[in-house]
Amino acid sequence: MGLNLIVLVKQVPDTQNVGGDAMKEDGTVNRAVLPAIFNPEDLHALEAALVLKDENPGSKVHIITMGPPSAVQVLKDSLYRGADFVALISDRKFAGADTLATSYALKCAIEKVGDYDIVFCGRQAIDGDTAQVGPQTAEKLGINQITNVSKIENIDIKKKEIEARRSIEGGYEIIKAPFPILLTVTDEGYPPRPPSVIRVMTYKNASAEMTEAGYDESYIDSSIDRISETAINLWDINAINADVESCGLAGSPTKVKEIESIILKSEDIKMVENTEDSISGMVHELISDHTLG
Amino acid sequence: MTLFRSSSKPSRQRGSMENFLLDNEDILFHLENMDIDRIITQKEDKFRDAKRYPYAPVDIADARDSYNKVLSIIGEISGDTLAPLAAEIDEEGVELINGEVKYAKGTKEVLDIFAKADLMGFSLPRKYNGLNFPAIMLSVAAEIVSRADGSFLNFGLQQDIGETLNKFGSDKQKQEVLPQLASGEIGCAMILTEPDAGSDLQAVNLRAHQSASGQWFLNGVKRFITNGNGEISLVLARSEEGQTGARGLSFFLYRRDEHMKIRRLEHKLGIHGSPTCELQFNNAPVVLVGERKRGLSKYTMWLMNSARLGIAGQALGIAESAYREADKYASERIQFGKSVREFPAVYEMLTEMKISIEAGRTLLYETARFVDMKEGLEEMQERYPDRKAEFKTDLKRYSRLSNLFTPIVKAYNTEMANKVTYDAIQIHGGTGYMQEFGVERHYRDARITNIYEGTTQLQVVAAIGGVTSGTVISIMDEYESEDFSHAENLHKELLKARHDFEKTLVGVKDVEGPDFVTYHARRLVEMATDLIIAYLMLRDAAHSDRKKKVAEIFIEKMLPRVKMSASFILEGKASLLANYKEVIG
Repeated sequence: MGLNLIVLVKQVPDTQNVGGDAMKEDGTVNRAVLPAIFNPEDLHALEAALVLKDENPGSKVHIITMGPPSAVQVLKDSLYRGADFVALISDRKFAGADTLATSYALKCAIEKVGDYDIVFCGRQAIDGDTAQVGPQTAEKLGINQITNVSKIENIDIKKKEIEARRSIEGGYEIIKAPFPILLTVTDEGYPPRPPSVIRVMTYKNASAEMTEAGYDESYIDSSIDRISETAINLWDINAINADVESCGLAGSPTKVKEIESIILKSEDIKMVENTEDSISGMVHELISDHTLG
Repeated sequence: MTLFRSSSKPSRQRGSMENFLLDNEDILFHLENMDIDRIITQKEDKFRDAKRYPYAPVDIADARDSYNKVLSIIGEISGDTLAPLAAEIDEEGVELINGEVKYAKGTKEVLDIFAKADLMGFSLPRKYNGLNFPAIMLSVAAEIVSRADGSFLNFGLQQDIGETLNKFGSDKQKQEVLPQLASGEIGCAMILTEPDAGSDLQAVNLRAHQSASGQWFLNGVKRFITNGNGEISLVLARSEEGQTGARGLSFFLYRRDEHMKIRRLEHKLGIHGSPTCELQFNNAPVVLVGERKRGLSKYTMWLMNSARLGIAGQALGIAESAYREADKYASERIQFGKSVREFPAVYEMLTEMKISIEAGRTLLYETARFVDMKEGLEEMQERYPDRKAEFKTDLKRYSRLSNLFTPIVKAYNTEMANKVTYDAIQIHGGTGYMQEFGVERHYRDARITNIYEGTTQLQVVAAIGGVTSGTVISIMDEYESEDFSHAENLHKELLKARHDFEKTLVGVKDVEGPDFVTYHARRLVEMATDLIIAYLMLRDAAHSDRKKKVAEIFIEKMLPRVKMSASFILEGKASLLANYKEVIG
């Protein structure tokens, strides 16, 4: 008996190899000149899922990404590393999505996959740096979440339970929780494996194909047929039964008013304890000095 | 909240997106222009594997695309991960702890990556989970990997030993061992050398005896064994008691157990990441590979030829790395108010380094092409016994050519790597002699390449027959049938050198005494090598104006070299032969 694993991944501009023309005059990212890469921490999330698959025979790793058609590259990379099923959610109606609309669409896609035990995300993407999509998706799915996971300590398939190591200020904590659960994974415990060249040759010609008929696993067993060319599922807004009002620009309350380049100078660090009182105190302080509000 | 922004921390300058395939224009030039359609057609034989293996190619274009993609992954692992670890691996070296070899941390890490990437079965058949890639692609890979770290030998060894077993082992031996080699779960070694049997392997004395039940056992000592700690090894041993020479030797497959002890590791000048072991066999059980008495003449020779091609690639990679370091340093180093690269003494060195590297590369690919043709034809003969006659002529021809070219490229590339790494230090000046730049390591690493798997002197012995018997002339005649109209003048110049060479070949045959040809063998082989490279460069020049200029410089420098040798051989008095005893006593 294996695990049903889902990994949410994102294609991002490579913000670590930035040239002079990386920003447009209006302060937005010039995506055309930045190479697109697999979001680094998502590779660690993928690795965590693949390790669980290796340790629990019969498990399946499903990959979901939302993005333009060019995002198939991260899905191919996932297939090269060992993913069993990949889907691209792509539709003009998803354009302009903020983290709320994105997590809604991802939630719909996850529900389309059906039964699942663990959803993995990278802790955050290097383009927006919000670290919100993972936690919001868990909220929308109505499931538990463990953020900042550096290591999965134990999995009990029978009890459907996980024990994960979570990085916190100054150390770590071990959290035990039942399935289904969403984890956001840091880059500490799961250095990504290289692509398998055998899988590269198998899936190199894979392309996205509309699968209106829905979730179809039949190809997994017939791997000898040259299925590779249609291995990527393409799901539009209808395929995942998403409400158009909650997607894209329409479903995004975030409006970017202005973007400013700020150079941070380090000043005193104030430690805030992870308790209701301390956090509430800090929020009030920020409101009173007009940092918030 | 930037508490966990660890993703931005640099880790040993990795992830800098170095790719040792994609940044090498000359390799890319060859991959685009090399004539390998027939090799693919033979290797994939009607693309029949495509029905059973989803990763097998469906046609020639698909195969070429797969080669490029896989080489690019090797380029990325080499550039991004292995190269930044090379200095550490060199410093840490290998250790023998409680009889077990401990690799440097970096070596282990990259071996693990190679295994996980399914690369260890590069040249093994798909039925053993290999990639079924030809020797010509292995040559490309060997260079790329060695450019990152000249001591990273396990990848190449795995191919040489795997291929040898695949060719000569029984089905049972292959099924037991080859999938494990392809997955990288085990390492391997070829165990040939002994304290009293180095260049002269006929003197091998490790004893193999058979018990009443037919089980073979080994007893004795082997020395200088690269990766002797490997779980699987192919061992040359004396199976015929009382029979001296090659006829008494057989080939055995040994799986590591408690009957073999690693007595010590050598402390070496270079390739510190690679363990060189002294082994003691104490009644170690082994199985015979192939037929008795053919151990040296057939199996070891085949294995060595395959390894020689690998070392030609290794030497090329080390040279490439040293050249790049030297070129970079020469551009950045300012003396007398300008970069030292602008001084003729330096740019001549750099140009010669680059040209000799490109010469070694085109020669390596030509050799690997002959080897692939030969191996492919042998496979076809085996697969279609009734069509044996059809392949016979070609097979004979390609066997001759690979037997001639393999020692030639081994000698040329390894000597070239020594020269290039020597000059790379020279260009660095005092800095190059210090350890903080890579070139002193390259210099040390290159030094073994013209020694192991047969010294250059032995490569000359292996090649001289083909040079004097006409194989060289016949391949030159074949090159003559190619179209050199893009470089007519250069072709005319080349023919002058060829004339000098042919005159010399005729001349040496007229001189009495066996010592004379032996004395001049190296010069004759080097003349032939020069001419072959010149032909290959003219061929490459058809695709590129830059290559035409490379050929022009090479041929201009080659002409007087060949003339000098011709004159020394034909007009000299061979006074050394007459007088050396009095001189060295």
